[in-house]
Amino acid sequence: MSPKTLYDKIWDAHVAHEADDGTCLLYIDRHLVHEVTSPQAFEGLRMAGRSVRAPDKTIAVPDHNVPTTAGREDPANMTGDSAIQVAALDKNARDFGIHYYPVTDVRQGIVHIVGPEQGWTLPGMTVVCGDSHTATHGAFGSLAHGIGTSEVEHVLATQTLIQKKSKNMKVEITGTLRPGVTAKDITLSVIGKTGTAGGTGYVIEYCGEAIRDLSMEGRMTVCNMAIEGGARAGLIAPDEKTYEYCKGRPHAPKGAQWEAAMDWWKTLYSDDDAHWDMVVMIKGEDIAPVVTWGTSPEDVLPITANVPAPEDFSGGKADAAKRSLDYMGLAPGTPLEDVAIDTVFIGSCTNGRIEDLRAAAEILRGKKIKDGMRAMVVPGSGLVRAQAEEEGLADIFRDAGFEWRLAGCSMCLAMNPDQLEPGERCAATSNRNFEGRQGRGGRTHLMSPAMAAAAAVTGRLTDVRELM
Amino acid sequence: MDKFTTLTGVAAPMPLINVDTDMIIPKQFLKTIKRSGLGKNLFDEMRFDDDGAEIPDFVLNKPQYRSAEILVAGDNFGCGSSREHAPWAIKDFGIRCVIAPSFADIFFNNCFKNGILPIALPQETVDILMKDAEKGSNARMTIDLEAQTITTSEGEAITFEVDPFKKHCLLEGLDDIGLTMEKSTNIDSFESSAAQSRPWV
Repeated sequence: MSPKTLYDKIWDAHVAHEADDGTCLLYIDRHLVHEVTSPQAFEGLRMAGRSVRAPDKTIAVPDHNVPTTAGREDPANMTGDSAIQVAALDKNARDFGIHYYPVTDVRQGIVHIVGPEQGWTLPGMTVVCGDSHTATHGAFGSLAHGIGTSEVEHVLATQTLIQKKSKNMKVEITGTLRPGVTAKDITLSVIGKTGTAGGTGYVIEYCGEAIRDLSMEGRMTVCNMAIEGGARAGLIAPDEKTYEYCKGRPHAPKGAQWEAAMDWWKTLYSDDDAHWDMVVMIKGEDIAPVVTWGTSPEDVLPITANVPAPEDFSGGKADAAKRSLDYMGLAPGTPLEDVAIDTVFIGSCTNGRIEDLRAAAEILRGKKIKDGMRAMVVPGSGLVRAQAEEEGLADIFRDAGFEWRLAGCSMCLAMNPDQLEPGERCAATSNRNFEGRQGRGGRTHLMSPAMAAAAAVTGRLTDVRELM
Repeated sequence: MDKFTTLTGVAAPMPLINVDTDMIIPKQFLKTIKRSGLGKNLFDEMRFDDDGAEIPDFVLNKPQYRSAEILVAGDNFGCGSSREHAPWAIKDFGIRCVIAPSFADIFFNNCFKNGILPIALPQETVDILMKDAEKGSNARMTIDLEAQTITTSEGEAITFEVDPFKKHCLLEGLDDIGLTMEKSTNIDSFESSAAQSRPWV
């Protein structure tokens, strides 16, 4: 048998039909659904008199729109359009008989945090969702990617996707990370190196000692931003940490089925002599705590660097850098550590898990945020929130001056009331720094939770190592 | 789905790289439960100021490009979110073809589901088309999907690649779901064999 990558193996195990030209019907094991990209898909089913083919493999949760403040279960506390979308998801989940976690359920949260938490996401699965950050689930060694609403409808109706295979890219992070460097710094640094289009046409497998050393939470952070590098998906081979995380979760297999699953999961790795279409290697020791300075996730620099100038780039990137600097209100040559911020947002499917909250709280313990700073923590799920309260993290955040919110996507994409004002500058643990992403005219700097916490204390972009 | 066969129209030049889906259709317009009506908000924050007035410099506000049907753009067009609202807005505005050096994967797929033809061409070729587009409303390009050619306003023909299956679906306006349902016996047999080999799924 010819050697295969992990992606090859998962792909081959899910092809339900292959046409002569290589177009495949890929079977989907888990379909995650949220309120923003699904209403038109369910409406399409209704119009065509179709049903959901595998409701037991379909899991829905409202996350993008929902307010993160108390009283949100009352639709009157949502903007009209948001309430309509959440009500539509309620109805669609009921009408089509799919699994559902409404806002009143403690298990509600960001779909990419709920899926793994509930044991829906398991190694070797195909996982899709009408959301680009579905790549998160690749941390389990599952093939997971975002799809559009037409494809959501296609999966609902047929439990398959029409796909052609992507190419294989290996991203190896060797060695160990230095103090203060986290999974977020890895994933941003990779994008800084490959560019936001560098992964287009590829599925990335992250490997190497620094990746092995990460917790499952950290691995999810790395895979989450594979899409920001342009890749269809990012994945990491399952190992003991993966099995340990999955074991005992509500929807993970039990007993003999667990043993059978483990037998297969242990075959899920890239063979030694598998073919890679592209290989990227980064030394873990070379990665610094980083922040973004511009309006593309590839605009990454170590926190100790200065704001670049458009002339530092060539081609279309020079024009884009000029536009970014104008939008961000930054002058070339300014030390990044001198950039003052107004707001701190800790949360999102990138960094809204318990480990992220622990890392931020560790920096904030016994400290206060800078006067006048707006700072909020939005846990990724109701269960993350409950655990953080139990561990005393919530008290640390509150004592420091952070708002302690309910679970949701919140200010990552600002579809709910959590938004930046024009010109407001935010240290954010989310995944996109696009123009207007967190609110029209808002300025976003992406970074790790510990770096965001450090910025909250000093009121400027800060090297977290100074506070450690 | 609407067919795409040939298109002759004005091409709007947008020489900007990394045009993301938040630019194409900002989040406040994602709250609709319909597919239609998003064209008026296409590129909203680039097209309109805080008071909702048109920004005259923006390409689609210029008289010669107000009814553009083709967009010529920079590298990595459509990066960011999976929101199909982006192609819905583009189509609703009246644009049926986007030409760029590269496209983000999900956006690229979403276009084909909506009767929009995204064409990826080498940078040098896009540069030629960008210059042609900059000539304004008297310079109309023609796109022929069957022949896989773009003809510039000066009659220069440029060929492009397109996946044969996607081309077939666009030319015929085929509904993916209907096509897949014809293969339901394949899906049935996959499901029964997977139930044996991976019963925990």
